Amino acid sequence: MNLLSLTAVELGKKIHSKEVSVREAVEACCEQIEAVEPEIHSYVTTDREAALKKAEEIQKKIDQGELNGPLAGVPAAIKDNLCTKGWKTTCSSKILENFIPTYTAEAVGRLEEAGAVLLGKTNMDEFAMGSTTETSYFGVTKNPWNTKHVPGGSSGGSCAAVAAEECFYALGSDTGGSIRQPSSFCGVTGIKPTYGTVSRYGLIAYGSSLDQIGPVAKDVTDAAAILEVIASYDKKDSTSIRRRDTDFTSALKAEGKGLKIGIPKSYFGEGIETEVKTSVLHAAEVLKQQGAEVEEFDLGLVEYAIPAYYVIASAEASSNLARFDGVKYGYRTPDYEGLHDMYKKTRSEGFGAEVKRRIMLGSFVLSSGYYDAYYLKALRTKALIKQAFDEAFKTYDVILAPAAPTTAPKLGSSLNDPLKMYLGDIYTISANLAGLPGICVPCGKDKNGLPIGVQMLGNCFEEKKILQAAYTYEQTRTRERCDLAKKRDTAYGTEQKTIGEGAGR
Amino acid sequence: MVENRITDETMEYVGILAKLKLSQEEKEQAKKDMEKILDYIDKLNELDTDGVEPMSHAFDLHNVFREDRVENENQRDQMLSNAPEEKNGSFVVPKTVES
Repeated sequence: MNLLSLTAVELGKKIHSKEVSVREAVEACCEQIEAVEPEIHSYVTTDREAALKKAEEIQKKIDQGELNGPLAGVPAAIKDNLCTKGWKTTCSSKILENFIPTYTAEAVGRLEEAGAVLLGKTNMDEFAMGSTTETSYFGVTKNPWNTKHVPGGSSGGSCAAVAAEECFYALGSDTGGSIRQPSSFCGVTGIKPTYGTVSRYGLIAYGSSLDQIGPVAKDVTDAAAILEVIASYDKKDSTSIRRRDTDFTSALKAEGKGLKIGIPKSYFGEGIETEVKTSVLHAAEVLKQQGAEVEEFDLGLVEYAIPAYYVIASAEASSNLARFDGVKYGYRTPDYEGLHDMYKKTRSEGFGAEVKRRIMLGSFVLSSGYYDAYYLKALRTKALIKQAFDEAFKTYDVILAPAAPTTAPKLGSSLNDPLKMYLGDIYTISANLAGLPGICVPCGKDKNGLPIGVQMLGNCFEEKKILQAAYTYEQTRTRERCDLAKKRDTAYGTEQKTIGEGAGR
Repeated sequence: MVENRITDETMEYVGILAKLKLSQEEKEQAKKDMEKILDYIDKLNELDTDGVEPMSHAFDLHNVFREDRVENENQRDQMLSNAPEEKNGSFVVPKTVES
């Protein structure tokens, strides 16, 4: 048995039954990290010692019967915009290069209470602004399926770490598609929950009205189990919602009957790659064979989502990132004349180009004279987009779509034209504007061996319907691993490490 | 569609609001980028939004009130350990008030 091939829930069962120790699981991940990081670079920070120490603690609690949840003892990775007490939290930015939070994000704390062992912090686009993980101050992450390509973003490190089996699951954050798009590119399963489902306490804010934390996992069962743990009402987040229906694993039924699925016609027009289109529509066909009702429909206002999003997200970013001033934490410029010069030079040297671009755009659309024309106009557009979805969900349980118009682009091909990069967010952004939950699951690969994902959107608070649809679809397929060890074996003829032999020691 | 032209004065003003100091080259690039993005954003003008209330949150959210009580322990030293410069339990900033 190769330990790394297990899903989080499968591993949790083996840990529970004492077939595998927490230490063995952590060591397997650490060895994989050591082997593949030079090539993939999913992590900004890892701490083997801390993970092994935690493993002992968790093992004791499991042995004493204090911890018996499905994720107890399972090693995980955390996106580096989620605060972790005692672990550096950088947002992949120079300005937070040495920041060590004094508290842990609520979602991470809940995972730890459920017995998670943290392995490290994953790379991302700086402050989650980007779609390729190339804007990270610490260098790019590469797509494990083909290292000439990006993993997507902004949660590219989390998705690559799961795909490369450097952890059993990860947390990401999704402001405009940052969980679903890299999940699609890396062939993993990611969920952006309904806004307010997971506490944002301890998530370093980008666009507060759009940000939501969610799981990145190997399959739908894992994703549901993780979401069940991290979903909570939290008085420390004023936008947190008190929900009673967070028993998400109860929705894991292979049953297409009763599901009404809508396919927005306009999502399959200009700009989408043929292979992506074919693969996603095939997934719809499979769900139909499983008993779901599937039809095309006209979803309105699709072309207005991106401009509205970039106004709103940039406006909120310009306000949220005002706190980085070189006083209380983070980078401070070495040479300055007076307070304002210190602020300006600190920020100009500490932030990367894309972050500055969005702060400037945000400052502009919020400035007097432009506020009504841009910011309020975007908020009015958002209201209309929400109405269009409300209308669609009167008829459909699930909206099925691609997560991105293409598979993962080549490294270095996206950043020179920001507007073009923004247009790639067309299928994911509306869910953030309307607060909707969305899941992305693998549905195929293109001719270059790069994964394709299918996205399923549900109405607010109806995660269970998209989980059921995704699970039903997933049951018709075999999970494909991106087996880097095997790839290396083929390349170099080395032996694959297995438990009891190489890795068992 | 009217093409957006950002003047040097506007860029200067945005720099003040954003608290960023840009080199001449960065300024030129930022101006071009912003003009291009605003031209695209102007697409929103095609949409009739008269009488539509601006929506800041997807749900009807209300202010959440609670008692203003300190619940966490004193973390002054840990917090100061993140500061670029600290002295006598305080953050050090450049002199801002002339004596």
